[in-house]
Amino acid sequence: MTAATLPTIVAADATEENPWARAWRRLKRRKGAMVGLAVVVLFVLLALFAPLIVPYDPIATSWSAVRKPPSWAHWLGTDEVGRDVLSRVIWGARASLSAGLVSVGIALGIGVPLGLLAGYAGGWVDAVLSRIVDAMLAVPFLILAIALAAFLGPSLSNAMIAIGVTATPIFVRLTRGQTLAAKVEDYVEAARAVGNPHWRIALRHVLPNIVPPLLVQASLAIAGAIIAEAALSFLGLGQQPPSPSWGSMLNSAQRFIAQAPWMAFWPGFAIFFAVLSFNLLGDGLRDALDPRHK
Amino acid sequence: MLAFLTQRLLQIIPTLILVSMLIFGLQQLLPGDPALIMAGEERDPKVLEEIRQQYRLNEPIPVQYFYWMKGVLSGNLGESMRLKSSVASLVAEKLPVTLQLAGMAIIVALGIGIPAGIISAVKKDTAWDYGANIFALWGISTPNFWLGILMIFLFSVTLGWLPASGYVRLGEDWRASLATTVMPAFVLGNAIAAVLMRHTRSAMMQAMGADYVRTARAKGLYERRVVLKHALRNALTPVITLGALEFGTLLSGAVLTEQIFTIPGFGKLIVDAVFNRDYAVVQGVVLVTATTYIVLNLLADVAYMLVNPRLRG
Repeated sequence: MTAATLPTIVAADATEENPWARAWRRLKRRKGAMVGLAVVVLFVLLALFAPLIVPYDPIATSWSAVRKPPSWAHWLGTDEVGRDVLSRVIWGARASLSAGLVSVGIALGIGVPLGLLAGYAGGWVDAVLSRIVDAMLAVPFLILAIALAAFLGPSLSNAMIAIGVTATPIFVRLTRGQTLAAKVEDYVEAARAVGNPHWRIALRHVLPNIVPPLLVQASLAIAGAIIAEAALSFLGLGQQPPSPSWGSMLNSAQRFIAQAPWMAFWPGFAIFFAVLSFNLLGDGLRDALDPRHK
Repeated sequence: MLAFLTQRLLQIIPTLILVSMLIFGLQQLLPGDPALIMAGEERDPKVLEEIRQQYRLNEPIPVQYFYWMKGVLSGNLGESMRLKSSVASLVAEKLPVTLQLAGMAIIVALGIGIPAGIISAVKKDTAWDYGANIFALWGISTPNFWLGILMIFLFSVTLGWLPASGYVRLGEDWRASLATTVMPAFVLGNAIAAVLMRHTRSAMMQAMGADYVRTARAKGLYERRVVLKHALRNALTPVITLGALEFGTLLSGAVLTEQIFTIPGFGKLIVDAVFNRDYAVVQGVVLVTATTYIVLNLLADVAYMLVNPRLRG
């Protein structure tokens, strides 16, 4: 009897769609998310191949080309010291995307293990970690990032650390909540019943099942981190001159807005499209990975 | 209600203590000798020793924290190294400017966000709904410092309608005060309007499907009355309380907006302090901001309890 029914069950399992394939199929149906993904890919390609694409050296000054409006020679014009705006916008994608990815990587790297620990261990560990998270969330995001960047010193790497640390509590809270829900599920009970050690249950059984909400949050957090990096660089706490970054380009553009408005348009559009595309992708991922969101 | 209030008040005490530790701990991130960094250009050993004495830098860190906290609890947030003035008096001087800006930004946010959310929910899946959603995405994705620069270009440089920077107190000349703050208030309110629009849309869609709305329609009331009197009144409760939580966005935004429009408020105070390495001011401003934010969250919770009869019991 058992032998006879077994092939049927296996066959049913084989036709069941992989959850990631199902999520991708759902994501593909969302036009906004696909446009977001396409723009993200475009920015990633621009950042990766910046040295091959840029028409001019982004930090080379030219006193004969100071504040020139857009032309065939300089498609997006030049800045106050004659640097090509297009080349700087393309190179700026490197600073912004790396800030987005590295700072969210830091937030995930610290936040997910701490959230797993708080949710899985419970008790005083959870109480202490939750209070620390509450304290960090009590300080508005950018103000904490500015304060951290100010004390660490102005540089792109310190800005990434400041943004990453500031974004960490969200991931701790999210992971903790998801872990609390997952640890009472049957599959975790089963893993516990067969004698798996706690670390193995947390890493092999709980973590893979809480990845979807983390992925959605990470995508939205990258958008927030790109804006935060641009804000810190705009204030002079991120990427230092002459290295190009969209935020620092806007800082110098502000002083020449009457004489050279093109200096302000393009870096701003670049931030806007990068942030918009990650937001669209995040919204689409949420709809695709979480069936409760429609 | 009293039990809830007591519980919430007791909850914020450890949070406030941890916030103070976090802010005090920032000082430990300074590379090298903090006295040397705090002194800036000054290298006189006498001055350095004075700084060490003033901040008790020779004492162990827990002792330094104890004295710092003792000062904070008695209203002493430290002294600005650059302005030679107490941080508390600087905060008291700059805060009203930011509050005026924040108040105007909230009016902008409510004035745009709530009508856009209502229209979007009532006219779901129409061009109005798509338009409102595009506005929300635009608001969330636009860096306010860029929007500020674009508005200066349009309204100050090109049209010459509004001053590009500066600030006039409301009491001095209200017209000039409004002229200097209307652009920054719009810049600041824009992102919050987008968030409010999304909250309003989702709350209104939920309310429009509720039984009391169906009953109101069945009574033969005009649709306008059903939407504005029955659905909106119920939908606004969570929107207003969620909106109160946007105070953090408002303060973060004020830092950049005040910088762009050269408004001498709370945000500019922290940025100037950062660049002048006036660390006591940075710590003081962050502490006041965090405390205000925590208290506002508490008030939002209480307001939600008060207006929602189901939670009161």
